[in-house]
Amino acid sequence: MPIISAQGLSKTYRVHQKKSGLWNALRSLVHRRYKEIRAVDNVSFEIEAGEIVAFLGPNGAGKTTTLKMLSGLIYPSSGTARMLDFVPWERHDAFRRQFSLIMGQKNQLWWDLPASDSFQLHREIYSIPLDQFQTTLGELTDLFGVKELTRQPVRELSLGERMKMELIAALLHQPRVLLLDEPTIGLDVIAQVAIQKCLREYNAQRGVTMLLTSHYMRDVEALCSRVMVINHGRLIYNGQLSGIVEQFGREKIMRVQFATEQVPMEIDSFGTITQRLGPVAELKVERQRVPDVLNQLVNRFQIADVSVQDPPLEKMIAQVFEGGTATEAEATAEARTAT
Amino acid sequence: MLATVLRFLPLLTTILLWQAIYAGSGQSELSGFTFRNMIAYLLLVHISRMFSSMPGLSTGIARDIRQGEIKKYLLQPIDMIGYLLAYRIAHKLAYITTSSLPYAGLYIVCRGYFDGWPDPLILAAYAASLILSFLCGFFFEVCMGMLGFWMLEVTSLLYVVNTINYFVSGQMFPLDLLPSGLAVVLKALPFQYLAYFPAVIFLGKVQGQELWWGLLQQAAWALGFFLLARWLYTLGLRRYSAFGG
Repeated sequence: MPIISAQGLSKTYRVHQKKSGLWNALRSLVHRRYKEIRAVDNVSFEIEAGEIVAFLGPNGAGKTTTLKMLSGLIYPSSGTARMLDFVPWERHDAFRRQFSLIMGQKNQLWWDLPASDSFQLHREIYSIPLDQFQTTLGELTDLFGVKELTRQPVRELSLGERMKMELIAALLHQPRVLLLDEPTIGLDVIAQVAIQKCLREYNAQRGVTMLLTSHYMRDVEALCSRVMVINHGRLIYNGQLSGIVEQFGREKIMRVQFATEQVPMEIDSFGTITQRLGPVAELKVERQRVPDVLNQLVNRFQIADVSVQDPPLEKMIAQVFEGGTATEAEATAEARTAT
Repeated sequence: MLATVLRFLPLLTTILLWQAIYAGSGQSELSGFTFRNMIAYLLLVHISRMFSSMPGLSTGIARDIRQGEIKKYLLQPIDMIGYLLAYRIAHKLAYITTSSLPYAGLYIVCRGYFDGWPDPLILAAYAASLILSFLCGFFFEVCMGMLGFWMLEVTSLLYVVNTINYFVSGQMFPLDLLPSGLAVVLKALPFQYLAYFPAVIFLGKVQGQELWWGLLQQAAWALGFFLLARWLYTLGLRRYSAFGG
């Protein structure tokens, strides 16, 4: 039984269109133009308890809108979703006690007060029994390594420390599902790694289900067992992270070191040369041609070293996003058969 | 505390102004108010407003809606109106406690304008009406704040409402001074319960059945605004959830 499920989830926004300038501002008072934007288009997926799933997509792809629907902030235009056996947008208290939504760009803590005061407020809001509150808080501050900082006003904390406090506040009531929208946005690499580590350990300890959006592939690689890629509101991939390579990585990067002083001229015919430095050449080769190219290289030239790699995941995903509608439709069909 | 004391300064000009008005009219009473009554009334209106004014409440709600801060009330098992009420009660208690000292000083200085303490029953009715004026003021302002669900800009509207409120709630002068037709209309509106009504109870100008009937109406308005606020909140959330986030 999946802990989160969505079937045909869609959301269309009606956006007011206004040209700039005073005259157009006055005109828009009587004559309003609206444009319909399909932020999320027929998205279906399931997430099992204890999974950490990443939601990837460029800005405006529909990630946050989907998270907002799952957390009950907005209604879908069509389709259904269930989370923790509730319909999210009915906003039952029993539902709201079992999950947390963390947005990296919004803070929930009281700015001028120490985090411990905000934690107390959370205790009251979620009616957490005192002994449970103290134990959980102790465990979390240990795990996040911020024991001494809870009495310091939030505004005096660094961004990374503040994010940790936000996470602690969100975890105090021991939610079963954690929705994270860009949890590491604006953080330096060290703070990012620290947050990733905390989330991973917390997931291992408590088996809490996590769905997170992020622009940092590092987050995704470090945390997620599965990724869902969304673009223009449509789910175009749903599966293992490594599967992205198989599905979208049409080319491999081949790095060849020749035993001669220079790279032979003829290798242009094997693929697109991206780099040529002394005896070393780097070239992009279509996946299915790799064995053949390797074979020919070894037969025709004196080779000192060869390596074959996938292009960096970030580049590959960027390519997926930039891909035209034709490849996208094709990919959607593939993604459907994959799930 | 200093701010509270400074707030008393305009009172001095008000006293002088009314002195001139009474001298000019050549009468000792205007619509049943002697000069001493008048000053006592204007002092009492301050106390009414201490309970019924809600600085920043409606603009705060509208801002939370516009900036999306309202999310926290939707995500957490917490009711926004209940939370704001608890917050406001705490705020009022703190405010009334800290300003009680300067106010006590002011009333001791001005005690000559009063005819002593009213009897205990009137005092109890006065206390009840102050609490009801707090509830009326609170739920009225919440209703105004909820307009933020439909309008991007509510501050100028709120400014207009507050300015009119200053007049129609009787903060400027007792409503009885107005031509009788207008006074009847204004007394049928809820605004008088934010300032005028508690003050005239203390002065003993409403008594007996009229008093209980007035309190009942005040309670009814408080309930009415409460229901309206809840209804607007539900409607607003439906709209918010459908369009934005």
